[in-house]
Amino acid sequence: MATGITARELIRPATVADDALRRPSRSLWSDAWRQFRRHRLAMFGVVVFAILLVATLIGPFVYRASSDAIDYSQGLLGPSLAHPFGTDDLGRDLLARVLLGGRVSMAVGVFAVLIAITLGTTVGAVAGFFGGRVDSLLMRVTDIFLALPVLPLLLMVTYLFRDPLKRVFGPELGIFLLIVGVIGALNWMALARLVRAGFLSIKQKEFVEAARCVGASNRRLMANHILPNTLSAVIVAATVGVGQAIITESALSFLGLGFPPDMPTWGRLLYDAQNFLDLAPHWAIFPGLMIFLIVLSINYIGDGMRDALDPRKTQ
Amino acid sequence: MLVISFVLFAILSLAPGDPLAQFAANPSVPPEVRDNIRRSLGLDDPWPVRYVKWLFALSHGDWGFSFGSRIPVWDLLKLRIPSTLAVVGVAYLFSLTLALPIGIFSALKQYSLFDHIATTFAFIGFSVPTFFTGLLLIIFLSVKLNWLPFIYDSTLQVRDLASLGQQVRQSIMPILVLALFQTATLVRYTRASMLENLPQDYVRTARAKGLAETSVVTRHVVRNSLIPVVTLIALSAPAVFSGAIITEQIFRVPGIGSLLITSIQNNDIPVIMAITFTFSFLVVIFNMVADVLYGVLDPRIRYD
Amino acid sequence: MRRTAYVLSAWTLLLAAACGPAATPSPTAAPAAPAATTAPAAKPTTAPAAAATTAPAAAQPTTAPAAPAPTIAATTKPATTAGGRGVGGQLKILYWQAPTTLNVHLAQGTKDQDASRLILEPLAASGPDGVPIAVLAAEVPTLANGGIAKDQKSITWKLKPGIKWSDGTPFTADDVVFTWQYVADPKTAASTTQIVDGVVSVEAKDPLTVLVTFKDPNPYPYQIFVSAQGPIIQKKQFQDYIGEKSKDAPGNLAPIGTGPYKVTDFKPGDVVTYAINENYRDPNKPFFKEVQLKGGGDATSAARAVFQTGDVDYAWNLQVEAQVLNQLSQGGKATLVTALSPNVERLLINQADPNADDGTGARAEPSTRHPFLSDLNVRKAFAMAVDRKSIGGQLYGPAGQASCNMVTSPPDVVSKNTDSMDVCKFDIAAANQLLDQAGWAKGSDGIRAKNGVKMHVVFQTTVNPLRQKEQDIVKSGWQQLGVEVELKSVDAGVFFSSDAGNPDTAAHFYTDVEMYTNGASSPDQTQYIALWTTDQIASKANQWHGNNYLRWSNSDYDAIYTQLRTETDPAKRRDLIIKANDILVSQVAMIPLVARTQPTDGISKSIQGEIPNPWDSVLWNIADWTKTGG
Repeated sequence: MATGITARELIRPATVADDALRRPSRSLWSDAWRQFRRHRLAMFGVVVFAILLVATLIGPFVYRASSDAIDYSQGLLGPSLAHPFGTDDLGRDLLARVLLGGRVSMAVGVFAVLIAITLGTTVGAVAGFFGGRVDSLLMRVTDIFLALPVLPLLLMVTYLFRDPLKRVFGPELGIFLLIVGVIGALNWMALARLVRAGFLSIKQKEFVEAARCVGASNRRLMANHILPNTLSAVIVAATVGVGQAIITESALSFLGLGFPPDMPTWGRLLYDAQNFLDLAPHWAIFPGLMIFLIVLSINYIGDGMRDALDPRKTQ
Repeated sequence: MLVISFVLFAILSLAPGDPLAQFAANPSVPPEVRDNIRRSLGLDDPWPVRYVKWLFALSHGDWGFSFGSRIPVWDLLKLRIPSTLAVVGVAYLFSLTLALPIGIFSALKQYSLFDHIATTFAFIGFSVPTFFTGLLLIIFLSVKLNWLPFIYDSTLQVRDLASLGQQVRQSIMPILVLALFQTATLVRYTRASMLENLPQDYVRTARAKGLAETSVVTRHVVRNSLIPVVTLIALSAPAVFSGAIITEQIFRVPGIGSLLITSIQNNDIPVIMAITFTFSFLVVIFNMVADVLYGVLDPRIRYD
Repeated sequence: MRRTAYVLSAWTLLLAAACGPAATPSPTAAPAAPAATTAPAAKPTTAPAAAATTAPAAAQPTTAPAAPAPTIAATTKPATTAGGRGVGGQLKILYWQAPTTLNVHLAQGTKDQDASRLILEPLAASGPDGVPIAVLAAEVPTLANGGIAKDQKSITWKLKPGIKWSDGTPFTADDVVFTWQYVADPKTAASTTQIVDGVVSVEAKDPLTVLVTFKDPNPYPYQIFVSAQGPIIQKKQFQDYIGEKSKDAPGNLAPIGTGPYKVTDFKPGDVVTYAINENYRDPNKPFFKEVQLKGGGDATSAARAVFQTGDVDYAWNLQVEAQVLNQLSQGGKATLVTALSPNVERLLINQADPNADDGTGARAEPSTRHPFLSDLNVRKAFAMAVDRKSIGGQLYGPAGQASCNMVTSPPDVVSKNTDSMDVCKFDIAAANQLLDQAGWAKGSDGIRAKNGVKMHVVFQTTVNPLRQKEQDIVKSGWQQLGVEVELKSVDAGVFFSSDAGNPDTAAHFYTDVEMYTNGASSPDQTQYIALWTTDQIASKANQWHGNNYLRWSNSDYDAIYTQLRTETDPAKRRDLIIKANDILVSQVAMIPLVARTQPTDGISKSIQGEIPNPWDSVLWNIADWTKTGG
């Protein structure tokens, strides 16, 4: 009575505590997901990516125009109802070609970058974390890869591995694996150095020492503590990498090392269109736009991921 | 370095392709003649033997003779360096000076109009292949508007203002094409790195201490954000030497890049070896420079 | 660890810096020599003098320029604009492959041959219709004028008097003899050795007469010293560099020649700059004071440079899709010059089985037979499903003409029999019928099969946008027959390589069909016909060095070739060549697609005097070129 605390006030804290007990448990990942959802641009990126993915996967079943029917009378037509993306110089419908090639291009872009990221992050993390001899050795290996002349190496690798891969995995999957492997294997070095640099600077920080004191294992330290803080470099590398991978694949086919010339990947469409740039700009604009959209969407997704995983931004 | 050169030589020798492919489709060069030519180029020896010979010659400063034009490789390289520096080198410097400020401002004013524009340009920059941007520029600036020549004249000697003007006119397009891609990538990395550092606690502390915003940014944030940027700059410096293959092709700039691609197409091994060896040498050097710079930029980085 | 790395790299750096530049044998000394000799050549016919008068050509008692004498090429455009030596400014020429040497006998391709043609000249050029035109020779030797011996075992060349090299020394028969010795020496490793095939001796009967003797009667004695591979080099300049030392000659980069120009600067792989040769025999030519020949880039942008922007006056070999070429050539600044050439783009059909491994990894051995392409009726069906008209019209346009002949030039040896052959008609229905009759029935998947073997064809060619489109067109035709077609493209350097270990070469032919261009290199077709005789079959036994990639053997064809080698009657030769062509086409050894043009070049509208010539270098008469409108 003297304190003026009513029965109600006594009950309130308990209610709050009860609520807290009743609220669903929040894990780090769901926190991250919630944060991600708030990021408007990231969601926009997800939507665009999803559209492209769905379009290339089921598009050819829905939009039935043939991607390789030759018809000279229809050559170099601009976009119209009959041909929403126009036609190329042999009269082939470009929308059909973009959809067909899209599957391959997107797959190549995504998987090649995944390989490059995995390799680069692992090498960079191990080198930066352990330092010393391990670091020197790994960096020298990185240097060797950086110094390799790309073209002769490609010729040699294709020559050695094309037929065995074809035999084991079938012609299409075999070439796909070869290309994805080659692009990934040639693009991890920059990321390795970036990640290593990040590790070098972060591993000296106090929170790492703190985690170590608590008894975190090396692996846990690397993966859960240091790595998320170097994520920004990884994300940018992913963004840049996807567009680059798609274009590198087309460069490979100019050397006869990529997919067969009649597979209309986006990079290949760009290459085919270049001589006709002032005659039929639509031919180049659409595949170029597709590549641009993929790069855009992956980047925004990456931005969102970075923000979501940033410990400072959680509420 | 020895290992690198060994690996390089091995790859080049084992790769398919023939220095004498030019003759194959020509019925007036019978196979026996091709064999003769092959022998005269020393291609008959097995490749480990050739490697040793090459290494031996290199230690005397003899870079060998090009299979194609039969002149000393060193002379060939010397001819190409001026054009390479004038175009690729300038583009590299240009992209550095442009990308860093843009990236920094983009991060400071995240999601502002400036940031969005810069970001979009960056995306365009690295998702469109260089042959494409080059072609676009040629069509607009050379063909439609007739403002700029698009064939690089390497015999142009800069002696006075007029010829300097001409040199600038013929270099602008290739420089723009190259700089676009490099700037785009650098902007993204700079911005990302800045964004990572801006929310850090020490920034808040510095502000709380009453430091002016500009000095907070320049003396503290930028220095710390530069680490990934330095990595990239160091990594891409050797690329100046190897030139920009596609851009050189499109604008016919006789740089080292186009020399490399023609030697690869013709399997001109001495030239390829010389270029790639120098390139890898530069890679090693610049990586060491980067390592040293890390230590300067971030005193916490210690090498055990 | 880092410290040692630093030390090591510093040491290497020092080493490289110290040794690098010192190694150059400074070839700059040699080219200085010819430059020094221009001083004494102060002939009165210097440029300014000629410019003053308008018709100096008629006034000067110049020795007859190459044109008159035995030319039958009536298509000469009169090069009579107010000419005179050096009146014109700079001529800019663009090649999309850059020259790497200026010694035509070490040339690695047309680009080198053409670049050197401004400096070095042959005794006679091959005219646009294949008939020789005298250049350094006083007249072309023929049977009629006694220059060619009656037994056709020797030919006598009389040289024009008074010709000087660009360093002022006289041009004599010794230089001609030396050129033969140079090319004939196997250690020189010249790329033009075919010209000395069957030549027993070349002697200088007197300073102005050369006698060439052959081992056997030679129906085409112009094989040596004529046309693109025949130019004469100066004995004095090259005599120390014959044999193994040939690649060290400074003259390779700055040859002394009798031609209208001399080299002032050569950046191999980039650009050649030429100035007028003051000692050139015609004092009123050449018109242009300076020529710049630049190389590099690609064909389309070269087309833009000549047609749209006018940045260059002449652009070589515009291998561009027809629609693009047509649109660009409307740029207004230039015209497209073409001439139908002997080069034919064709499909090669493999008679052997490319999937049969002989146990050692070698495939397509002549002992094997292709499961379906060895059947003539199947080949006929394939031929009838190829739409060469579309390929010629839609893809090549002005750069070629659909053709069903393997020999397409000169006109008098072109067969007229193939027009009526059924294999030359595009008829899908008839083709399908042939396959039905041959027992190849369509399966449930639409692909024809017989005895468990499916008609699956792998079709390879080089990486080239135009060729990829040709592949698409051919594939769509064959798909209508129920054939499954897999396309493959190979880098040109690999495709044309003679590397015995590489399975992707045209010679290995480990696919069912392949495509590229080939053609006779001289109006005489003997060497071209030889390519598909039985003993030229490429196989593992000869390291795939044979020229008959098809593994095709036909005794009638072999017999014709044997006769052709010794037949001297021109009318009989024509018949033999036509017969050989007809066999190749009717037996579908190969499927001809398009007779291509050469040149396919762009030339500025203000340039006159250029004559398109498929049998010689495109720059063969550059001395006669002039420009109107300054």
